[in-house]
Amino acid sequence: MEELVSIFVKSIFIDNMVFAYFLGMCSYLAVSRTVQTSVGLGFAVIFVLGITVPVNYLLENYIIGRGALAWLGPQFAAIDLSFLTFIMFIAIIAAMVQLVEMLIEKLSPTLYSSLGIFLPLIAVNCAILGGSLFMQERNYANIAEATSFGLGSGVGWFLAIVGIAAIREKIRYSNVPAPLRGLGITYIITGLMGIAFMSFMGIEL
Amino acid sequence: MSEEKNNIPKETLFSPKNKRLLSDPIGKENPITVQVLGICSVLAVTVQLRASLVLAIAVVAVMGLANVIISILRHGIPPRIRIIVQLTVVASLVILVDQVLKAFVYDVSRQLSVFVGLIITNCIIMGRLEAFALNNKVWPSFLDGVGNAAGYGSILLLVAAVRESLGSGTLMGYQVIPDFMYNIGYVDNGFMILPPMALITVGVIIWIHRHRDRALVDVS
Repeated sequence: MEELVSIFVKSIFIDNMVFAYFLGMCSYLAVSRTVQTSVGLGFAVIFVLGITVPVNYLLENYIIGRGALAWLGPQFAAIDLSFLTFIMFIAIIAAMVQLVEMLIEKLSPTLYSSLGIFLPLIAVNCAILGGSLFMQERNYANIAEATSFGLGSGVGWFLAIVGIAAIREKIRYSNVPAPLRGLGITYIITGLMGIAFMSFMGIEL
Repeated sequence: MSEEKNNIPKETLFSPKNKRLLSDPIGKENPITVQVLGICSVLAVTVQLRASLVLAIAVVAVMGLANVIISILRHGIPPRIRIIVQLTVVASLVILVDQVLKAFVYDVSRQLSVFVGLIITNCIIMGRLEAFALNNKVWPSFLDGVGNAAGYGSILLLVAAVRESLGSGTLMGYQVIPDFMYNIGYVDNGFMILPPMALITVGVIIWIHRHRDRALVDVS
């Protein structure tokens, strides 16, 4: 249990998707004009990461990893399908996003109308694929740890996008040099936020 | 191709229009500083010039080929499932690139870690496939792909050159800051190696770019 909490907190603050690895920057910069929309996208990302990381964990450990097919019988133990990783992960992500979209539409039309446009966009958000690839690289011990990592990364991304959106709403009233307005200043603010987040780096969990 | 030959004012391979497809993305249509596409990897792999160079070449290869393939298939792809088709094409190409990198430059491949895989979701590729390759002929699509990837690569190399030379005093692993500078007390700026400085470097590049080309200034 302790291990799960530690992975969760670590993936929110120390290994933050945006500030430490710059994943999901495209939608981070494009959708962060207002707090309201960024909250919607943030929740969608938490949701999708929380589902795709464990599903890809199962896929990695029972189908495509080295020797993962051993459960089918000893003659399959030597098979290594890991070269298929990218295409399988992205297929799972696209399928999951589609599935989640249909489920939300069925179960909660209000949530759907607020997330609606963002859900399909998420399939090509690199934070999602990045989450699965980091999960693979870090060899989590079991599915609970992978889920905890997925959710934590989602929450970290959520915090980052809501934070930058709030700053961008305020900065509209500031006198930024003209060539730096919009994109330029957003980069620099993100850099400064990243420096602030680096203060978590020394913390051992 | 036969269809192309029947066009009465025959377009040469490097007509001015085609040349613009190649050169615009490097300057005033730059995918990173103007179109805001494909930023993730720019920031993460630019600590060293060598890794950036490898990634830039990989992106040029994947993007040129993906644009060509999608452009060939463009009449056969049902619009409803086009995203899946695009992802499959790009993912297959990236698998190829990944295998090649693992075979020939294993150390760089380790260093790039997940970022080779993330070429799949690099929004430059999807963006250009959607915006250009789906509606254009094969040769212009190829030029557009290569041009955009080159624009992306140029920013990648620029950021990497700034970060590596200021951060570790080397370029491509060779020392560029002369020894006497260190002897009189020059110290490498370790800050440049840390991730946030990549963002600030790109921010400053955008600033300079827009200062020189006022048409790009964000008015909102």
